Amino acid sequence: MPTIENTYSLYINRKETRVTVSPDMPILWLLRDVIGLTGTKFGCGMAQCGACTIHLDGEAVRSCVTSVSRAVGKEIITIEGLSPEGDHPLQHAWAEVNVPQCGYCQAGQLMSAAVLLRENPEPTDQDIDDAMSGNICRCGTYLRIRKAIHLAAAIQKSRAKQS
Amino acid sequence: MISLNHKKRLPGSPHRSKRYYYVISSIVAFLALINMSAFKSESGSAGLSELLKPHFSKQDSMISKRAFLQVYKVLMSPRCMNCHPSGDIPLQGDDSHFHLQGVKRGHDGTGLYALKCGNCHQSHNLPGLHMPPGNPKWHLPPANMKMVFQGRTPHQLALQLLDKKRNGGRSIKALVDHITSDTLVLSGWTPADGLSKPPLTHKAFVNAFNEWIKHGAISPDPENK
Ligand code: FES
Ligand code: FES
Repeated sequence: MPTIENTYSLYINRKETRVTVSPDMPILWLLRDVIGLTGTKFGCGMAQCGACTIHLDGEAVRSCVTSVSRAVGKEIITIEGLSPEGDHPLQHAWAEVNVPQCGYCQAGQLMSAAVLLRENPEPTDQDIDDAMSGNICRCGTYLRIRKAIHLAAAIQKSRAKQS
Repeated sequence: MISLNHKKRLPGSPHRSKRYYYVISSIVAFLALINMSAFKSESGSAGLSELLKPHFSKQDSMISKRAFLQVYKVLMSPRCMNCHPSGDIPLQGDDSHFHLQGVKRGHDGTGLYALKCGNCHQSHNLPGLHMPPGNPKWHLPPANMKMVFQGRTPHQLALQLLDKKRNGGRSIKALVDHITSDTLVLSGWTPADGLSKPPLTHKAFVNAFNEWIKHGAISPDPENK
């Protein structure tokens, strides 16, 4: 059966982007193969590992199982658009703590951590576990991730004080 | 040896007059009335109180209890119980293991932070083994109304279902509507690939539920495990 394609106007990283794709194409395919935003990674393809995490209307959805049709009228943010200037507190903290090893899981880790920090600006270790335990890191960078999230929370707090 | 001939009185057995039996049966009838009015206020259902007006026969209570045991089998099947866990971690699979990824209930039952139900569960089942099952309303009961099934005996679960303080504030009618037409309940009968269905058809489940209610919504005896 031929695949039916539709033309969609999607908001990706604060820009309107028109694409003609099948409605059930996973957003991950759209991002990587159609648009060329390759920061978001493919790990398992079945919502198990978190490597493909993006934000859909601010929620940390797994783009490997989320179809393009679900994104219509919503805003997609990928790791490339997490902060227009690349200065999200998490990005500073990640660099400072030197979190990544191979780096493959880190885009997903950052996107999940960003939701945590937005909803809970001063997370405890338990809160970090509750938010991040679905993002698997084969290199085992979990302790550095936790440290960096605490640091990012502190950066976010001091920025809020200054402004 | 003492003979158990029922015509002989055993030593120490009191002689009981007709008046004694009259007083005892009045007390029993009074207690039954109190029990029924408590039940009415708990369920908050005018329909049920209408049903309870006539005295239920022993036969009714047997039918009701037997019907609930059928209902219970469904509610304790993985498709229902996995989202009514005793703790704050949802269960998964036909063996009802803890949900992977460290998912937790959260305040409103939709998960926490980056691990909200809808981040993986879509509006429909995704094809393939171990792919997330889906429904637009995928969630657990909220933290302030956990509606636990896991570990409940038939007796406990029947009482819980009738108690508005523990059943999500539902009247009997709302409860029947919920099990009859809530799409999240119905999704148990269209499981994702590789998962079993509940042990009764949805129609048989609804029939058993209605039988249970119609014959008095009697909870099975506490010793009925
Ligand atoms: S690639 Fe999407 S969760 Fe693993
Ligand atoms: S840094 Fe290698 S998988 Fe996480």
